Amino acid sequence: MSNGVLVVLETKGAGWHRMSFEALAAGQKLAADMGGACSAAVLGEAAAIAPLAAELATKRLATVWMVGDALLAQYTADGWIAALAQLIAEVKPKYVVLPHTYQVRDFAPALATRMGEVLIGDVTAIQVAVAADGPVFVRQWMQGKLNAEYRHGGDGGVCFVSVQAGSFRGDAVESGASEVKTFAPTLEAAKIRTKPGEAFREAAQTVDLSSAPVIVSVGRGIGEQENLKLVEALATALGAEIAASRPICDAGWLPMERQVGSSGQTVAPKLYLAVGISGAIQHLVGMKGAKTVIAINKDADAPIFEVADIGVVGDLFEVVPALTKAIEGAARG
Amino acid sequence: MKIVVAVKQVPERDAVVRVAADGRGLDERDVTWTMNEPDAYALEEALQLKERAGEAEVVVLCAGPERVQSTLREALAKGADRAVHVVTPESGAGSLGERDSLDVARLLAEAVKAEAADLVLTGLQSDDLGAGQTGVVMAELLGVPHATLVLQVELLGNGIKVKRELEDGWMQQVEMPLPALLTVQSGGNRLRYATLMGIKRARQKEMREVSAAAAAKRVDEVVKVSPPTRVKRTEMLTGSADEIAATLVERLRFEVKVL
Repeated sequence: MSNGVLVVLETKGAGWHRMSFEALAAGQKLAADMGGACSAAVLGEAAAIAPLAAELATKRLATVWMVGDALLAQYTADGWIAALAQLIAEVKPKYVVLPHTYQVRDFAPALATRMGEVLIGDVTAIQVAVAADGPVFVRQWMQGKLNAEYRHGGDGGVCFVSVQAGSFRGDAVESGASEVKTFAPTLEAAKIRTKPGEAFREAAQTVDLSSAPVIVSVGRGIGEQENLKLVEALATALGAEIAASRPICDAGWLPMERQVGSSGQTVAPKLYLAVGISGAIQHLVGMKGAKTVIAINKDADAPIFEVADIGVVGDLFEVVPALTKAIEGAARG
Repeated sequence: MKIVVAVKQVPERDAVVRVAADGRGLDERDVTWTMNEPDAYALEEALQLKERAGEAEVVVLCAGPERVQSTLREALAKGADRAVHVVTPESGAGSLGERDSLDVARLLAEAVKAEAADLVLTGLQSDDLGAGQTGVVMAELLGVPHATLVLQVELLGNGIKVKRELEDGWMQQVEMPLPALLTVQSGGNRLRYATLMGIKRARQKEMREVSAAAAAKRVDEVVKVSPPTRVKRTEMLTGSADEIAATLVERLRFEVKVL
């Protein structure tokens, strides 16, 4: 399978993880650019993944690999690594493409290591100028302040790549017809060393930011808990929900349920006003869907300005109170 | 019980970021360095485990040039018992920048093997390169089970139970035997500061230097580093705070239509 691409999809509940089809679109594109064939794999308990494999059979793929085993009923790194190492040895792809999910972060680096390889992780773009030169994978350094372009060193090994949320469009997946094949990995219960529990939530979520039309969100730049009242006053003036980036919730200044980002809520308001938020990628993936983004930050190089429609490089301690006052004035006038 | 905490020294968050002259790395000349934040949480978890267990040794481990000793000293001042410094050149062959994530994890794993640790902790990712792989790769190299995105660790009779983060605010408990490796998510604990007494004591604590193995051939290669090109046209507002506020109100009213 020279230049072949194998996309490893992730399930969630009885369906797909939302990033699975983004990875599939990335894999189809890479295969087309490199002149190879694209296949996809889904892992789980055989009966549970059969309908998902049937859905994949309607996509433009060479083969859909249904990797079923009772020991794959629940995710474990040991189970996934063993099953995928065997599948890769069988299919012999040149590229393995995965969505950069929490689950992938848990097993893919070790899977690559087992094969003497390195995962090129959290990739935002894949560029193929000339197929013979191979692809260039773009990933972010310094919390998004730099782009670094990577190539796989060659030597005939498998190139492992995970793609960042939102970097490829899931609706770009091409339809077609493909053959479903079952792959039965040899797994031993004794070799699965971790015992995972069921997923749970700490407390019932009482704040649903996902439907808020206006959000004022605060980050590290606020400096101290005491200063939060500035942002709260702005939120009140705007009739907005208040949200935050992770460090603010880590510090306990706002409850965890107000966190926007990969480990918090995903929002899509009409207006997202980011105050003192640098825009680390873990935060951006949670708010990229906002219709209008206004960012106030003292650092002109902050990545939040990459996604902002309107930017203010300045001191939030001056701009925020002035804005609150102006909004209150406008409401009265 | 012996706990090894692998930490990384990274540029400070507000550091001015410039591309190195060769266009393939970070210009480190004016950078001020600090302990990678997720690693600080890993250290905190180790110190709290020691306090709960009553008896344990916390060994802090870092690979890098001479400068990383300031980060190791900081960890000692916070309460780690001793430090191991895997010494790599500042730049050029064998430096961290010339090694891929597999090779850096190999350096750390070799040092961990020599310690025969019961538990290895590290942050879930670095704030500079953000690969988020070192811990998981080390677990594979050491042949021990692992869990990522860990917020809490509980010692059981002959193993551990951890609370780890899933996506969208979901959590999960996972049990595993020791030895094991955990990558720690930020926010599980409050970070402690080093006390004056701690800083004083740190000077007396052992800092062992071990030489790094020669770099292996890289699997991946960084061909170019550059500032990102803007995908969106951002309108930057300038002026006094009042002028900016007035412009914003106008936009909020007539374009965004939220006023």
